[in-house]
Amino acid sequence: MGQVAGKSSVMMEIRTPKTHKAKRVLEKRAPKLVENGKKTLILHGTKTSATVSSVLMELYRLKKGGAIKYSRRNENIRPFESGGETSLEFFSLKTDCSIFVYGSHSKKRPDNLVLGRMYDHHVYDLIEVGIENFKSLLSFSYDKKIAPHEGSKPFICFTGEGFENVQELKQLKEVLTDLFRGEVVENLNLTGLDRAYICTAVSPAKVFLTHCAIKLKKSGTIVPRIELVEVGPSMDLVIRRNRFPNEGLRKEAMKSSKDKPKKKVKNVDQDDVLGKLGRVYIPEQEVGKIPLPDKSKGVKRERREGKVKKNKEEGSASKKLKESE
Amino acid sequence: MDMETDQTYQIDVGNLLAFNPNHRFSSAPSSREELVKECVTEGTKLVQAIADTLFNLPSTETNDGPLVQLPPPSTKLPREKHLPRPKPPTKWEEFALKKGIQKRKKDKIVYDETTDKFKRRHGYDRVNDDNDIPIIEAKASDEPGEDPFAKRLDDKKKRVGKQEKNRLENLKSAAKAGALPSHVQLAVTGLPISGTKAQPKKIGKEALGDVAGLAATSTASGGKFDKKLPGEKPPKKQGKHHKYLPVVPRYGWVDEEKEQTNKVLGKLLSKHSHEILNVGKAINMYNDKKEKKKSGRSDKLKAKKDITKKKPYANKAN
Repeated sequence: MGQVAGKSSVMMEIRTPKTHKAKRVLEKRAPKLVENGKKTLILHGTKTSATVSSVLMELYRLKKGGAIKYSRRNENIRPFESGGETSLEFFSLKTDCSIFVYGSHSKKRPDNLVLGRMYDHHVYDLIEVGIENFKSLLSFSYDKKIAPHEGSKPFICFTGEGFENVQELKQLKEVLTDLFRGEVVENLNLTGLDRAYICTAVSPAKVFLTHCAIKLKKSGTIVPRIELVEVGPSMDLVIRRNRFPNEGLRKEAMKSSKDKPKKKVKNVDQDDVLGKLGRVYIPEQEVGKIPLPDKSKGVKRERREGKVKKNKEEGSASKKLKESE
Repeated sequence: MDMETDQTYQIDVGNLLAFNPNHRFSSAPSSREELVKECVTEGTKLVQAIADTLFNLPSTETNDGPLVQLPPPSTKLPREKHLPRPKPPTKWEEFALKKGIQKRKKDKIVYDETTDKFKRRHGYDRVNDDNDIPIIEAKASDEPGEDPFAKRLDDKKKRVGKQEKNRLENLKSAAKAGALPSHVQLAVTGLPISGTKAQPKKIGKEALGDVAGLAATSTASGGKFDKKLPGEKPPKKQGKHHKYLPVVPRYGWVDEEKEQTNKVLGKLLSKHSHEILNVGKAINMYNDKKEKKKSGRSDKLKAKKDITKKKPYANKAN
C-alpha cells in the first residue's frame, strides 16, 4: 500500500489482508458488541509434576474445541510478578485466548495451577490454586454410553456459603464459570445435555471440584429425573495467592451495551394505508430459452388416448370372440 | 433470571448455572468417599432444579431433538475485549455535514452520450474511460509545448496521491481514537526522518551482490577464499569469457581445433565468400580506426591541458 510520510514524518504504511480468509480471521478477532466464546490457553512452566501435567491434559480434553495447549516449558512466565506476564500477553494476542491455565510445580508451591483472565490481552485477574487428591478421568469406570460428548454445554453447580462470603472463593466461582461455560447459546438441544461440573466449598480455603455425566431417567412429568455419575477428573483446589482485578478495569470490563444492532430487513416497507408491503423480484424470463413441450407425434395426448381406447375395444372384441367361440 | 425455589437456590438458566449458598457440611470430617457422595448428591439437587426450569420452557421439535430457547445469562462476567469504539468522522464526512451534502446512491449502469448506449460506471468498457478520448480541444490557457494527454494522466496521479494521503490521515485519526477498522493495520516502516522527506532507497538483490563483489576484490586473494554467508552466491567471473578447445584431441573424437580452422577457411575460400563479407561495415570499421589513430587516444582518458592557466611558482629563477 502507499507509503506516505505522516505529520510527525514517521513513515507509515496501510496494511490490509490480501486474502479473504485473512480478512475473516481479523474480523472474528475484532472487538464486537456480542462476543465470541472465550478460548483457553493451557501451558506449563519450568517444572511440572505428573499430577499437574495430567490435570492440564484432562482440562484440555474437557475443553476441546475452545482451548489451545502448548506443550513446551515456559521459563520466563511468572504470572504474579510484574515483568513475567509479557509472554503470556503475547501468547494471548497470537492465539486470541482470554483465559489461561498455567501449571507448575516447585518445592514451595507443589502442584500449582494459576487460572487467569485477560481483558484486551492484558492480565485482568489471577487466582492460584494448589491441586490435592487428584483423580484422573482414566481411573473412573463407568458405562461408556453415558460418556459426555465433546463440546457439549455443561451444567455448573456451586455449593457452600463460602462462595458468597469469602472474596477469593467468589473470584474462583467467577473464574470457573468463565472457564467451563463455553459459548453463550440462544437455542439449546435438550438431548445434548450430558455433563455437569460440581464445585463444593468444603472449607473457606478449599474447593472440591468434580466432573459428572448426566443420566436422564423417566419420571412422571416432562422433567426427567437427573442422576449424576462421576466420570471425569476430580480434585481438591486449595486457594493460594490471588490478584483481584483493578476497580476501574473491572468497571470497564463489566460494561455492556444494551442495544442490539438492528438487522436491516430488505424489500419490506411499511405503508400506513396498505400495511406491510413486500417487493418481489422476478428474474428475467428468457423467452428463447424456455423448454418447449415435447410435440413429437407419439407423445401427443390424442394419440395416447386413442391407443388406450383401441386396446380396450380390442380387448372387449377379443372377449366377444372368445365368448362366441 | 434469578428464580428462588423453596430451597433458595440461585439459578442462572442462561448459563446453566446453579448456586446453593445455604448448604452446611457436617462439622465432623467424614471419610473422603462420604464427602464425595455428599457433594454429588447436593450437585444432583442443583442440576435437577435447573432442569426443572429448563424442561418447562417452550420447546420446538427438530430432527435432533427438542430445541429450547434459553434466556440470556444473568450472571455478569467480564468482557474479553473492549466495546467497539465509535469512529471519528473523516474529513469528508465533516465537510459534508457542515455543507449539508447528502449521500446519493450511484447506479451501476450509466448512459453514455458518445456511443448512445448504457455502459457500466466502473470496469471493462466503462463510461468515461480516460484511454478512449481521441481528441482534446486546445484551450486559450494551454501552453504550446504541453501534451494534454500526458497532462491528464499526471493530474490523475496527483489526485490519486492526494486521496491516498487523505485516507492515511483519516486512518491515523481513527487509530488515535482506538477505532481502526479490524482489517486495517497501520505499520511504521521507517525511522522518523528529519530534514528532507526523501524516502530511503531500497537496495536490490543484484546491487547488494555487486557491492559484495567489489569489496571482495580488495582482499589479497581477490575474494576467492572469503567466508561466504549462507545464501551468498559465488562471485561471477569478471572479464572476458574464453572457451579453450583441447590441444590434444581425444582418441576417437573429432579434432575440434582442426574443425574450427577448416570451417573458417572454407567460408573464406568458398564460391560465395564475397557475399559473406559485409563490405559497407568493413569500410566503416576501417575508417573509424583510421580516424581514431589520427586523433590519438580517446580524449576522455587524457587530462586536458589548459594553456591559458598560469602555473604558480613557474619562474623560480626570477
